[in-house]
Amino acid sequence: MGLKYIEEFRDADLAKTLITCIRQESKKPLRLMEVCGTHTMAIFRHGIRSVLPDSITLLSGPGCPVCVTAQKDIDVFVAFSRLENVIVTTFGDLMKVPGSGTTLARQKAAGADVRIVYSVFDAVAIAKQNPKKQVVFCAVGFETTIPTIAAGILMAEEQQLDNFCIHSANKLTPPALAALMETEGVNIDGFMLPGHVSVITGTDAYRPVFETHHTPSVIAGFEPLDILQAIRMLVLQNETGIPALENAYTRAVTDQGNPKAKAVMHQVFTLCDAVWRGIGTIADSGMQPNSAYSRFDAGARFNLDLPEVSEPKGCACGDILMGLKTPDTCALYKRTCTPMTPVGPCMVSSEGACAAYYKYA
Amino acid sequence: MTSDDTVLLDHGAGGKASHAMFSEMILPLFHNDQLAQQDDGAVCEVPAGRMAFSTDSYVVDPIFFNGGNIGDLAVNGTVNDIAMCGAHPLYISVGLIIEEGLPIKDLQKILETMAQAAEKAGVKIVTGDTKVVPRGKADRIFINTSGIGIIPEGVSVSGSRARPGDKIIISGTIADHGMAILSAREGLEFESDLKTDSAPLNHMVKSLLAAGHDIHVLRDPTRGGVGTTLNEIAAGSGVGITLFESALPVKGQVKGMCELLGFDPLYIANEGKLIAIVPEHHASRALEIIQADQFGKDAAIIGEVTDQYPGKVFLETAIGGRRLVDMLTGEQLPRIC
Repeated sequence: MGLKYIEEFRDADLAKTLITCIRQESKKPLRLMEVCGTHTMAIFRHGIRSVLPDSITLLSGPGCPVCVTAQKDIDVFVAFSRLENVIVTTFGDLMKVPGSGTTLARQKAAGADVRIVYSVFDAVAIAKQNPKKQVVFCAVGFETTIPTIAAGILMAEEQQLDNFCIHSANKLTPPALAALMETEGVNIDGFMLPGHVSVITGTDAYRPVFETHHTPSVIAGFEPLDILQAIRMLVLQNETGIPALENAYTRAVTDQGNPKAKAVMHQVFTLCDAVWRGIGTIADSGMQPNSAYSRFDAGARFNLDLPEVSEPKGCACGDILMGLKTPDTCALYKRTCTPMTPVGPCMVSSEGACAAYYKYA
Repeated sequence: MTSDDTVLLDHGAGGKASHAMFSEMILPLFHNDQLAQQDDGAVCEVPAGRMAFSTDSYVVDPIFFNGGNIGDLAVNGTVNDIAMCGAHPLYISVGLIIEEGLPIKDLQKILETMAQAAEKAGVKIVTGDTKVVPRGKADRIFINTSGIGIIPEGVSVSGSRARPGDKIIISGTIADHGMAILSAREGLEFESDLKTDSAPLNHMVKSLLAAGHDIHVLRDPTRGGVGTTLNEIAAGSGVGITLFESALPVKGQVKGMCELLGFDPLYIANEGKLIAIVPEHHASRALEIIQADQFGKDAAIIGEVTDQYPGKVFLETAIGGRRLVDMLTGEQLPRIC
């Protein structure tokens, strides 16, 4: 199973041409934010920062789903793992994220039934295989993941499974961009918009935010040439003074996005307010099962009365997610907060800005 | 004992069933003079000089995978660990910890591949032990192998001997074993014909050492992959290491799977590859010797040792960028978006 067209988008000669253009065209200092965690990792992995001129600063945004998961949601996942006859199913990234007390990984080591799955459909299958147990899926993800979670709920409904439910910590990208631009002190000259999310949402989803704030915005793919091309487009928009919402990932992203995925998402879910770690509550930025599917909402099935918690002192995850700080300026970075002993989720998630800095910088 | 049977607690109790298993299954496969003595330990002839001694335990899941199973993995693993000390492996011990209920035919298959692997490597399995634990107390079968080998005079190979200017050779494509295991694991349904690279490397090492060149470092990049192993060497030798991304041999399938799962092949396990670090003027000859071995056809020079940033490993990326290759922290997990 080889993948086609990878090498083409890592072509060294084309990359050099783009780098030369960026170096020649970039005059004024720019702070560009890559919104998506996958972009953060790709930028580090391909050494893109090291080839850019000093005038360009890349900031990592709030686009890593684990990183923006509120501590309270982690506590809820952990609380489910403490219940009798409950199987908690989760993506691997969440295992080591610390809640206010412990982690799912430690709960598993202590005997809780916590299972890593690669897709929500695996969780549905586990529910089918274990009819005497309740299966809770820790739903964390953006527009890329939400349609498949919706499809998982539809599958559970079709199979008449009454032992499958989700706790939704799902989040939407455009409301976060709007909230970011309205936050005092935030200073961003351009957004590199997430490719995967945009495949679902389409370019049009960003238009209201763009029309309000006129921040240069380019949707980018994840290969080095995609990223360099998007950076060049953001440089040109800034240098010409003409902001635009552009799509540099036309081989995957359309204006309207994926109508089928969006339809499934809205069939099962409804908008809700969501707490973003370090940023706070953003109105209508989350999605929870709507009234027709509320029986699949773990919150409706279990009565967990958890205390309010505050985020760990000194953890700068919030400021980092908004581009106000870089990981290396956090007082905890590499001291008490490392990938082995993460304090905040930006260090534990493989796509978190702090983990990327620690690993590659 | 028939092939329809399963392993019972009796087989590890030291009584009749244990003796039957040894004499009917194990001895005929591993047969050699030392084992046939059935003493508490093996008494072996060894030449004078320095000896290498290594041990490793194998708990791989699943126990059968494309291209091998836990048995040959356990033999090759210890053979290679001894070879990486610059030694010729001679004798191996085998400790089996079996969960009751393991089908006898599975055990038979594992033992057969262990015998074949020992023969291929030219080592004798001279002593061993079998324990059976109740269901749920182990996962089907765990195997420990230990081994000893003799280091030829004048050979000095160590992770602390990398020197600035040395070249770094890998004996073939990286990450094959880890991705073969992953694709065989329940829950990940990849259509892949990827095989483990598990292989004995002692013959390759023998040829390298016999050529009389000064080999500074030999290591097999197993758990943690090439990235972690090179970090250990950089730290142990107090040198910097630069890798060239475009020179890394990675199979198309492996690259594709890594891309989909968000894995870095530099951190994925190998079970039949070695890293040789040699002075620059020996590098091309050493590469030829490795490529002449049946397990070294895809060998390549992938980097060099520097005096910059001691203890650190850097990668020059295909697009001309540069990044740190840190030691693996924790387990690589598939990305979620």
